[in-house]
Amino acid sequence: MEKPLDNTIIFDDVSKFYGEILGVNRVSLTIEPGITSLVGPNGSGKTTLMNLMTGLIRPTRGRVSVLGLRADHPEVFFRKIGYCSQFDSFPRALTGFQFIGSYLRVHGRSKQESQDLAWKALHRVDLLDAAHLKIGAYSKGMRQRVRLAQSIAHEPVVMILDEPLNGLDPMARAETIRLFRQLAAEGLHLIVSSHILHEVDMMSDQVILLNNGYVVAEGEVHGVRDEMEEHPMQILIRCDRPGVLAARVFEQDSVVEAKIHKDKHGLFVKTRDADAFYLLLNRIVVEDGLKVESVAPVDDDLNAVYQYLIGGGEAS
Amino acid sequence: MSASTEAIANIQPSPARPWSSWASQIAAILRLEVRKNFLGRRAILIYLFAATPILLMAALSAQISWAQSRNNNIGEVNIVFANLYEGLILRTIVFFGCAWVFMNLFRGEIVDRSLHYYFLCPLRREVLVCGKYLSGLVASVALFTITTAGSLLFLYIGLGSAGASYFGGAGKNQALAYLGITVLGCIGYGAAFLVIGLFFRNPIIPALLAYGWEWINFLLPPVLKKISIIHYLHSLSPVPISEGPFAISIEPTPAYLSIPGLLLVTAAVLVLASFRIRRMEIKYGGE
Repeated sequence: MEKPLDNTIIFDDVSKFYGEILGVNRVSLTIEPGITSLVGPNGSGKTTLMNLMTGLIRPTRGRVSVLGLRADHPEVFFRKIGYCSQFDSFPRALTGFQFIGSYLRVHGRSKQESQDLAWKALHRVDLLDAAHLKIGAYSKGMRQRVRLAQSIAHEPVVMILDEPLNGLDPMARAETIRLFRQLAAEGLHLIVSSHILHEVDMMSDQVILLNNGYVVAEGEVHGVRDEMEEHPMQILIRCDRPGVLAARVFEQDSVVEAKIHKDKHGLFVKTRDADAFYLLLNRIVVEDGLKVESVAPVDDDLNAVYQYLIGGGEAS
Repeated sequence: MSASTEAIANIQPSPARPWSSWASQIAAILRLEVRKNFLGRRAILIYLFAATPILLMAALSAQISWAQSRNNNIGEVNIVFANLYEGLILRTIVFFGCAWVFMNLFRGEIVDRSLHYYFLCPLRREVLVCGKYLSGLVASVALFTITTAGSLLFLYIGLGSAGASYFGGAGKNQALAYLGITVLGCIGYGAAFLVIGLFFRNPIIPALLAYGWEWINFLLPPVLKKISIIHYLHSLSPVPISEGPFAISIEPTPAYLSIPGLLLVTAAVLVLASFRIRRMEIKYGGE
């Protein structure tokens, strides 16, 4: 009988301590293909999780497997994994092309194959013009792109990218996100950490929120938001008579707060049951003849989830 | 079937005889290491260091009167060279040259924060140790055999026709012996410094301690003498030299024991390095 193929990344009760300092604690996760973002403040354990996935560090307890493979068997494991780490450092005296090509040779690729793959990777990150320049002469954004190219050059199935958008200009960021989406659509795993929440929100299929070494939430952003019952969903309804609407929204018990917008053309409503509220809103609009311009949740994004679960300032 | 499922299905089991794959990976590491460490501007220092004895011998050779004053006495020149070889080339140039080359193979990459690129390749870490060690060996053997040959050549050139006839006769074997000792020195010191570079954050101190240990070897009791590299290299010297009035003399270890012994110890040290590298984690800052 054929053994079923494992297509997930699994953390099974994984903890990592650096001496007495906690890296991550009791992490159990199953990551499906697609783009998964790791979000959390500095020191929350994002890079530790990535290093554990790639075997650069070993768990103090628990097990990590990627597509059913373990990092203890590098010959097979690293044909499938690409890791663009946060270390902004390179072997000395190499050009971008030599950097990518040389490590492809270490992978065991032939000279011709290494050259072809190196050019392809440099093309994907739009770095062909600088291919024969020494990396020491690259700007920060170019170094970021050449690291990205090196991590994807061997065409891995799982790509782990630690802050891959750092140092990129807006155009390059947009291009890179497009590349990620394209790779995810091809069925690849992309594990991305980023501190730009709206970009994470835009590209991720699911998120893992970390704080102080613990996973505080995981899943699709809206799903995570829906489960946060202690934080009622906030919805802004732009309409012509917000006062009339405000008087009626409390017909439903799940509505806990209503506040008229300062321009008098909108109403903020906080509800514990958004779906039920939308049904009520439909009824009110029909019965009272309100003219509704827009209805939009204002805290249904990653930024709000982050603020509620982790609080404080920006993710980093 | 998604791309990832397809790709997993295509994972090839490791070949039963992966030697050819390991050999090509070692060759790739060798090329990369040589390019990184020995073809850049930073390598100029080691080239100058390796050239020091040649320049010194050239200066000595320029003093024709020095050679003539000894009436072209080859025997005396042989002893001069043997002393210079052991004191300057072997104990200093080869020792510190190997320290620089081999300790940097891993420690240098940890300091530069670039070792993880190797760790993320489909590469057994033992193969990485072999590749790195061989790259250091190729570089150090190339450098220091040139140092040895150049020094011999420049010293004996000053003797004119006597020097030329020396290389045509017994001198050829002596020269080959010196070259062989240099190669063995690179093999032995190389393995030792590779391991020191892996185990110590600041390998300079253990390197200096090893230097001291090698230098006081002539004072050590017979059992301790044998726990060194210089003892075996000294035993192979084609021209016996005195170690001074305070030396504790013992019979030189015969070549048929000292050469395989050195190679075996080197292999054992490389196995130790492999164990270390297998367990190594990339933490750089906290490493």
